[in-house]
Amino acid sequence: MASSPAVLVDKLACIRGQRLLFRDLSFRVEPGQVLSLEGPNGAGKTSLLRMIAGFIAPAAGTIAIGAAAEAEERGRRIGWLGHHDAAKLQLSPREVLSFFARLYGSDADVVSVMAEIGLASLADLPCQYLSAGQKKRLAMARLKISKRPVWLLDEPLAALDADGKGRAAGLVRTHCLAGGIAIAATHEPLGLACERLTLGAAA
Amino acid sequence: MNAFTALLLRDMRLATRAGGSAALALAFFAAVATLVPLGVGADLVLLARVAAGVLWVAAVLAALLSLDRLFQADFEDGSLDLIALSPLPLEAVAAAKIAAHWLTTGLPLTLLSPLLGLMFGLPPGAIAVLALSLLIGTPSVSALGAIGAALTLSIRRGGLILPLLVLPLLAPAVIFGAGAVQAVLDHLSSGALLLLAAFSVAATLLSPFAAAASVRLNLAG
Repeated sequence: MASSPAVLVDKLACIRGQRLLFRDLSFRVEPGQVLSLEGPNGAGKTSLLRMIAGFIAPAAGTIAIGAAAEAEERGRRIGWLGHHDAAKLQLSPREVLSFFARLYGSDADVVSVMAEIGLASLADLPCQYLSAGQKKRLAMARLKISKRPVWLLDEPLAALDADGKGRAAGLVRTHCLAGGIAIAATHEPLGLACERLTLGAAA
Repeated sequence: MNAFTALLLRDMRLATRAGGSAALALAFFAAVATLVPLGVGADLVLLARVAAGVLWVAAVLAALLSLDRLFQADFEDGSLDLIALSPLPLEAVAAAKIAAHWLTTGLPLTLLSPLLGLMFGLPPGAIAVLALSLLIGTPSVSALGAIGAALTLSIRRGGLILPLLVLPLLAPAVIFGAGAVQAVLDHLSSGALLLLAAFSVAATLLSPFAAAASVRLNLAG
């Protein structure tokens, strides 16, 4: 993966349901950096991630990933790990990940990524038998397979056990060492050296 | 094109797996078509007259059964976010989903229809036209249904609103489809199949754009 361009957020404002969540939010994340988004429930962490990904249009301000300023262009650089695990109950992890690799045009080796995140023994079991933590591992595996330079993670450590947290942190560390960017909304320490941004404190 | 095929095959796989929608739609179609003669009575002349209308309405309802989950299932489990960030434009995503729905619903319904036509006492010529009209017309059901599915994807119980939105739009397909069969029964020539084809092509080509627009709106909500 080529090293990624920086993420630039300038004077961003977010209004959800006629409520101002934040405004004049500006920050910059350089390649190789991890940014930890913190703040109380409802501070706008998920909304900020969805804005960066291009799902929600900002009420004011701009977001750019390198030269990509338009929502659709930004989206093509985003690796997404959301609240929901997108594990199709009728499909096995191998099927879910192979589909995803083809959809994203990624040449990543699905089998070795599953081994790396600790899913190898569950590869052919329908996802309906996976626990919440195992589904989260599946989501982490998908992130790696996406081969996108900017990872947006919403509560990446929720439901993971100690081993899972370690492996997840390892994936993010490898990604950032290769020049990638990770922005994670989280309530617990990521176990990584990271920048911090607290939402809902001022504004 | 690879991403398009991947999505198409994955949706077809989900529809045909245990608990999928394909078998359900077929069973519903067959059940309705079996109940009507029981209600109407064993009057073969009458049954042949109503056959095309009944089978067309049953096919539309059977196809609508599974349409409400077209985008909703992916929306609820987070897959739609990931699909939206893929290199595939949302218009192509909608087209792939429409194609997968038709291949697992409209096409099997079409293939089953000659058997049901026989049960209604339709003559062979009329059966052929019935199957042809379903082949031409059911893509418009999947396509227009996809617009309704995209509009209601974030609504709980959206499956109840979907038919209200989509059924009026499908009236032309039912009119032309059943009309083509009636014309054969009456030994008349009619342009109903051509009109049906025109309707179906227009619906199928334009629907992905409308569906993609409403998916975008829903993802921003």
